[in-house]
Amino acid sequence: MAVKLYGWSRSPFVSRALLCLEEAGVDYELVPMNKEAGDHRRPDHIARNPFGQVPVLEDGDLTVFESRAIGKHVLRKYKPELLGAGSLEDTAMVEMWLEVEAHQHHPAAGAIAHECIAAPALLGRMPNQAIIDENVEKLKKVLEVYETRLSKCRYLAGDFLSLADLSHFTVMHYFMATEYAALVEAHPHVKAWWEELAARPAAKKVAGFLTIGSGVTTEK
Amino acid sequence: MSTNVARVLVCLEEVGAEYEVVNIDFQAKEHKSAEHLARNPFGQIPAFQDGDVVLFESRAISKYIIRKYKSAGEAADLLREGDLREAAMVDVWTEVEAHQYNPALSPVVYECLIYPAMRGVPTNQKVVDESLEKLRKVLDVYEARLSKHTYLAGDSVSFADLNHFPFTFYFMATPHASLFDSYPHVKAWWERLVARPSMKKLGATMAAAAAGIKQA
Repeated sequence: MAVKLYGWSRSPFVSRALLCLEEAGVDYELVPMNKEAGDHRRPDHIARNPFGQVPVLEDGDLTVFESRAIGKHVLRKYKPELLGAGSLEDTAMVEMWLEVEAHQHHPAAGAIAHECIAAPALLGRMPNQAIIDENVEKLKKVLEVYETRLSKCRYLAGDFLSLADLSHFTVMHYFMATEYAALVEAHPHVKAWWEELAARPAAKKVAGFLTIGSGVTTEK
Repeated sequence: MSTNVARVLVCLEEVGAEYEVVNIDFQAKEHKSAEHLARNPFGQIPAFQDGDVVLFESRAISKYIIRKYKSAGEAADLLREGDLREAAMVDVWTEVEAHQYNPALSPVVYECLIYPAMRGVPTNQKVVDESLEKLRKVLDVYEARLSKHTYLAGDSVSFADLNHFPFTFYFMATPHASLFDSYPHVKAWWERLVARPSMKKLGATMAAAAAGIKQA
């Protein structure tokens, strides 16, 4: 049965799910949706995701929404080693660093990327420097923790690549296009970890979808 | 009591684990001490230790506990990992709690209870009103969901439901508790949850702690 992902691929949330599908080697179909036309508010989409958001995954007759839940389902089914499966401790490490991504990294790095890139490109307004400055301070502290961690382990959950690492990619891709990339570059282990992540074939493919602010549109 | 600590305690109680709570003195900034930073480099609570395993982030800790004790009879299947479809539903509604429900509900708890008690500041009614607006929309979705299923991820209780306990418990102590009366299936679900022994026990501890804070 077909695997379908609904959404606009320039979204770091949609592409977070796409990266998991790519890494797991799943045969999937991306069903493009038009944000400007309000596709996500139509009844057919609300029936898939009552919160009217993207991405949504359909795997046969199973419908999954929330990008990290989609990622977990895809990997659990097709590539469980990326969840640390088989080891209670490895699984816990993956969960823990995925929570860190969601609650420490994403809010700060995502806010900076949103202000610098999405605000001008999609919302037609200047970046809010106060929001950027506040989040730069938060992100600095987060990156210090990451530097310490990545000095001890090759990846966040240990010496194996996991969803915890992959979940960072799409927001970081946008973040690294801002002037604040220097915050990451100041930390040698975080920088090396990022470069290795970005060099993966799946990441390179997904990077091609992340077109906000590049002047290129892959879909309308 | 910290809501994130309570999140973990609910799971420990549900699986029947033996555990010890070690108090961290916020007033004395113990959460920023070198000793605590070694457990949680973000200087937050809870942190967790099980032999050599040291964890932070309450949802990650909770899942570790549930997985470790998963053969513990009826306490068991809170994550449904034996079934792809059910496990996905638990993940979805756990994410929903974190990214839709909590962001709408928690500001009301902070403004009505926590900030006045801890910082002596008055309630910001604008924040409360905006949050209640968002919360109504979230509860519309929950009402529809819980009209079809007894619990969020299906017909048995799961980790997704348990996650809602701590902040909702405190919400029920704010002047806005009656909001849930407009959502009969949500209200019934909540009442089923708080009837659970784990939540009765923790609820009593949390209420006592809250009373202690107000008097401090």
